[in-house]
This record gives sequence, structure tokens and C-alpha cells, in this order.
Amino acid sequence: MVTVLSRAGIWLALLLASILAMVGAKDTGFAIQMGIVALATVIGLWVSISKPDYSRLANGLAPPVADQSKYYDDVIRWGVIATVFWGMAGFIGGLLIATQLSFPVFNFEPYLNFGRLRPLHTSAVIFAFGGNALIATSFYVVQRTCRARLAFPGLARFVFWGYQLFIVLAATGYLLGITQGKEYAEPEWYVDIWLTVVWVAYLIVFGGTILKRSEPHIYVANWFYLSFIITVAMLHLVNNLAIPVSFLGSHSVSYFGGVQGALVQWWYGHNAVGFFLTAGFLGMMYYFVPKQAQRPVYSYRLSIIHFWALIFLYIWAGPHHLHYTALPDWAQTLGMVFSVMLWMPSWGGMINGLMTLNGAWDKLRTDPILRMFVMSLAFYGMSTFEGPMMAIKSVNSLSHYTNWTIGHVHSGALGWNGMVTFGAIYYLVPRLWGRERMYSLRMVNWHFWTATIGIVFYASSMWVAGITQGLMWREYGADGYLVNSFADAVAAIHPMYVLRALGGVLYLSGACIMTFNVWKTIAGSLRDEAPMYNIDHHAAADHPLVAAQAA
Amino acid sequence: MTAESKQPFAWHGKLERNITLLGVCALVAVLIGGIVEIAPLFWIDNTIEKVKGMRPYTPLEQAGFDIYVREGCYLCHSQMIRPFRDEVERYGHYSLAAESMYDHPFQWGSERTGPDLARVGGKYSDAWHVQHLSAPRSVVPESIMPNYSFLAKNDLKAGDMSAELTALYHAGVPYSKDAIAKANDDLKTQADPNADATGLQARYPKAQARDFDGNPKRLTEMDAVIAYLQVLGTMVDVDAAAAQEQLAKEKGR
Repeated sequence: MVTVLSRAGIWLALLLASILAMVGAKDTGFAIQMGIVALATVIGLWVSISKPDYSRLANGLAPPVADQSKYYDDVIRWGVIATVFWGMAGFIGGLLIATQLSFPVFNFEPYLNFGRLRPLHTSAVIFAFGGNALIATSFYVVQRTCRARLAFPGLARFVFWGYQLFIVLAATGYLLGITQGKEYAEPEWYVDIWLTVVWVAYLIVFGGTILKRSEPHIYVANWFYLSFIITVAMLHLVNNLAIPVSFLGSHSVSYFGGVQGALVQWWYGHNAVGFFLTAGFLGMMYYFVPKQAQRPVYSYRLSIIHFWALIFLYIWAGPHHLHYTALPDWAQTLGMVFSVMLWMPSWGGMINGLMTLNGAWDKLRTDPILRMFVMSLAFYGMSTFEGPMMAIKSVNSLSHYTNWTIGHVHSGALGWNGMVTFGAIYYLVPRLWGRERMYSLRMVNWHFWTATIGIVFYASSMWVAGITQGLMWREYGADGYLVNSFADAVAAIHPMYVLRALGGVLYLSGACIMTFNVWKTIAGSLRDEAPMYNIDHHAAADHPLVAAQAA
Repeated sequence: MTAESKQPFAWHGKLERNITLLGVCALVAVLIGGIVEIAPLFWIDNTIEKVKGMRPYTPLEQAGFDIYVREGCYLCHSQMIRPFRDEVERYGHYSLAAESMYDHPFQWGSERTGPDLARVGGKYSDAWHVQHLSAPRSVVPESIMPNYSFLAKNDLKAGDMSAELTALYHAGVPYSKDAIAKANDDLKTQADPNADATGLQARYPKAQARDFDGNPKRLTEMDAVIAYLQVLGTMVDVDAAAAQEQLAKEKGR
């Protein structure tokens, strides 16, 4: 009873604090955000009061002890649903801004202008969709590979709900114009502090589970997850250093400015890709690909070499975002050299994943989920070749500032991160909800093809657009003057913008099919459908020829 | 055990059995690159050129900067001209590190969905900017920029500019005590054609004080944004002989 009361007391105190902050807010945006926090604390208060078993408490019985022989999967089930939900939100946001670039009438000032929606899209797909996928899968994988129940389940629930609050605060903030203006690190100071708290809790749950493991060795997937959690904490803390203008207002001033600020930002920005979207997702890959293929990981030594090389080299690559800028040349050159070197450990991961299919390649014909994983590894390989190439200064002089960069990012994000996440969702949903299989494997196949064709449209249109822009900007006529005005290049790539949006429609429709499929699977239905593959066996013809011998 | 220890990667078994060791080694591996690349930028002298003319933004320009950030302008417009013939011809002299030293955060951008703005100051009239921001396609038919007509309708609510300048001061922008104390007055003075701007211009050399949005009765967000756009790239006279001499001496950047 004491704990119930003290918990309710803490929630009440937080509620009062957020209401006070709302009343004293210096700007409307901050007041609205504190209103959202107040709402979250009301929900927390209600749950903390309504959930306890009062009859048990009245009889003085201790709360039931968790069964250590069962994995704790509640928070993973929520995480899978959140991943699907935020994925849809992020893809719809992406399609909307792609449409805005094709047809500017789709901007609705001030809240739905491109400038406010783009951070909403990038944060929704990277941090909401990708982040939930990483948290959910890491909790699943760490329990299975350690053969131990998740440590601190209460803290794990806090990580999940705290992370959702972070997403909601960030997203509503962007629409209200609350941003610190650093790409992929837009949330303001108070949201950053909140994320830090959640992230430390995440590290405690993840590390705690590894500490109570029954297996002597820490599995390779967990090395990647661990380095992702640690490095993201480091990047987040340094890049978001800021001085709030007022402790009751949303606005802050970034501690770093100018050239130092630029390098700190791209040290962060590139490693958000390197650790959030690469190391973390490689952790996912190292569990789900071997499981789905039912083959062991190809090479243990390769995993050691490419793990350490990858995390060491990635950190250096940030300056390739600042080629030919006012950043000192020595830093640019370091960034370029390390980016090119990074090609090798990146392909180490791809090779280790693909070669895991040794002896199981035939499954690609019959298993659309495995096909998704293989396609994601193929896109990982392609974009980690393209990246080092674009980091070479002479290539970058053409590609920088153009849509080629956008295409590159999306071949990685849609191809690698998206596909591996979809595969993991299809792997997890039947297992987490105790179903025989997904509602429909044929729908998984449809999702695979719509997504793949969508990415092809997306990447190729952006390559053409980017190279067109780069060439038109630098084109000189025989008279020695620039040939094109800036607006000419904008008009020239309009068809490419439209094709890109079409690619987005395809990718989004694949995700809609997934949402339906996941929904039906959770509901417990099985679609009555022909299997994806029938063995080539005709029982009637399968016998020795007796009559021929007699004649 | 003997058979295992002869394996080339046997030492790695230690890391795989100890999460603390694994975590610490991973942290060390990811710390090195950042320390080697970023830390020297704070003490190597020639990271930022010593050129004349740079001053902190006036309160009105800073309020415009804040709106520029709020609306996500940096997502489509760079403020970093690279040293290529076509860029220099299209946008002006290549950007110096010194020119963005008071931007918190930096606005170099990463994408040119629209043109570079590093030297847009003084290129167009205030009236052009009002028209272009309110309805971009009325002046540039090919433009895909969203409309920002609400800027002219919204009163400028910049908050306490003294507090903001104080925060910037702590981040390293050299505002004087005088500038911080008078920040809220300076904000209004700069866009008020009837006010005496001598004090403002003493604190912020060459600051342009006038009504920016074509509506002298009101201080709007449009005033702030245009005041900011019109100062971009105008502080340092990069083509002056003294600046060129300084740039010619640059070594080891």
C-alpha cells in the first residue's frame, strides 16, 4: 500500500509541476508542450491507482513474483505495434512532403509548411519507427541470446512509454515551430533532457539483462546493440549542449556555433546514421537473418573484425558532409579518407549476413520473409558503396547540395533499415502472439515487391535529379557565362520529384499491406491461401514401371 | 582451453564474457575519432580567419535568425558558398568561417532545394522580399517554396531579447553589457523609421535601421526576417584589399 501511495504521490507531484510550468510558460509552444506532459502524468496517475490488486493488498499479501523461467515480452509486443504505427505515420509524412516538392500548393501555412514537416518526417522514420524497432528487437534478442528474463521489467515499461512521450513532444514541437535547428537533433533542450533520462534507463535494462545471462558469451548481436546505445548517448549529450534562454520557455541557444558547431553537428549527424541506423540494425540483422535462414552466422572472425573496425572508423567520417566548406582542409581530408576506409567493414557486415545463407539459398524462392532480409542486405551493400564514393571530394563537389544525397539516404533507409525491420516484424508477430504463422505469406510477398519497386523508383529518380542539378548549376556556355539560372534547375527536376512521390506511394502501399497483415495476425486469423511453394511430387507417377517389364 | 587459446581471436573471448570491458572498449573506440577531429578546432588559431567587419547580430536580426530556424529554412537553403567558379559567380565570394562565427547554431545547410543565401543581403529590395516570402511564385514562377504570408500578419513576439543575448554571450558571442541591457529597445528601434538609431548603430556598426515590411505601424515577424536576410554576407567586405591579403596568407587550413 505504501508503494502504491508513494507512486501516486510522485505522479501527482509531476502533474502539479507540469501544470505550474504550463501556467508560467514564456511562450505558447512551451505551454502546449507542458500540457501534453500534464496529460501524460494524468494517465500515469490513473494507471498507478487503478492497476494494483487492492484485495491482495488488503490481505497483506506480497505482490506476485515474476516467473524467471518466462521471457518478459509485453513491452516487445507494444514495441512492435508502435513500430508499425510510427512507420505508417513517417511514410505518410514522407509522401506528403514529396508531394509538396512536386506541387507547392500542398503546403498549408504555417503549421504544415515543408520546413516544419521535414523534421517531422525524418524524426518519425528514424527515431519513432527505427527507434521503436531497435528498442523492441533489442529487448527480444537480448533475452533469447542470454537465455535470461529481461532485467527490471518496470524500467523497461518506463523506457517504452518514456520514449513515446519523447516522440510526441518532438513531433508536436516541430509543428509549433519549436526546434533547435540541427538536422536529426531538432528537439529542444527539455525534450533532450527527457530523452537522456529514458536512454540511461534503456542502457540499464539492456546491460542488466546481459549481466544476468545464462550463456557464458555475449552474442554478436548484443555487441552491436550495446555500442549503439553507448555511442548514441555520447553523440546526443555533446551535440545537444545548449543554453536555455529561459527555464520556462522552449527556446535555447546552441552552445556550439559556426565552424565548430558545423563539425559537431555532422559528427553527430553522420553517426546517427552510423550507430542508430547501422550498428543497431546490424544487431537486428545478426539475430533475425540466421534465425530465419536457420543457418549459423557465416564467420565469427569476420564479425569481430568488422565490428571493431566499423565502430572505430564510423566516428571519423562526419566531415564528408562539409567538403569544400569553411571547415579546415585537414579535417575534410581526414573525413574523406576514413569514409573510404569505412567501405570495408560495412561490406564485412553485408558479407557476413549474405553468406549466412550458404546452403539455404533455395529458401529465397519459398520464403518471402527471408527474401526481405536478403534485399535489405543488398541495399545495405549498395548504399555503403555509394556513401564512400560520394565522400570523395571530387564526386562530392557535384553531388553535395543536390537530390543525389536524398536518394542515397533513402536507398539506405527504405532499403536497408525498412526491409530489415519489416522482416523482423514478420518474424516476431506470429511468435509474440502465439500464432501458427502470419495471416498471409502472399501479402508479405506483395509487400516485398511493392516496396522494392518503390525504392527503385525513388533512388533512380533522385540520382537523375541530383546529377541534373549538379551539372546544370556548373554549366558554362561558349560565351563564358553560366547557362542556367537556379530556377531553371528547379523546373528541370520537376518530373523527377513526381516520380519520387510515385515511388513513395508504392512503398507506402506495401506498408499498408503489412499493417493489415499484422492486424489480422494479432486478431488470430489465418488467410485461406495456396502455399507459396508446392513440392514437385506426383504420387500417382511415383512408382516402378512393372507393366513394361511384363511385356 | 589450450586448443582454444591457440585460435587467432581467442583474446576476444575475454571481451565477450565481460560486458563492462566490452562497453568500455567500445566507448574508447568511438571517442578517438571525435577527439582528434573536433577538439583542435577550438584551439588552432587559423580555424577562423581574422577579418574585419564581423559583429554580433542586432536583436532584430537575431529575432529574424530565430524565425529562419523555426521555419526550417536551413532545410532547403544553404549558407555556404564553396570555392568553385560557378558558385562564386552565382552567389559571390566563397564563404569564410568567420562569417558564421556568431551563428548558434550554424546555418550552412546540407541541401539546395532553393539557392544559397550566404550573400543574399542587399541583392534584392525589402519590397521584393515581402512579395517573395508572401507568395514566391508571384515573382519566381518556377519556385516550389511554400508561402510565408503569415510572417507579415504576425506581430513579432521575440520574448525577452536581453535574456537571449545573455544566453548567446555565454555561448561566446561578444555582446557588450550595454547591448544586452538595451536589447529590447534596440529590437523596436531598428524597424521604426521615426526612432533615433544612433545608439543602435554605435553598438552594431553599419546596422540598417528602417521599416522592412512596408508597414511602419507594426513590428512584424516579416520585419525581423527581412532585417536578417538583408544583413547576410554584408558584414565582411571580402573583396576589399585587406581581406584578400589576409586570405592570401592562409596556410594549412
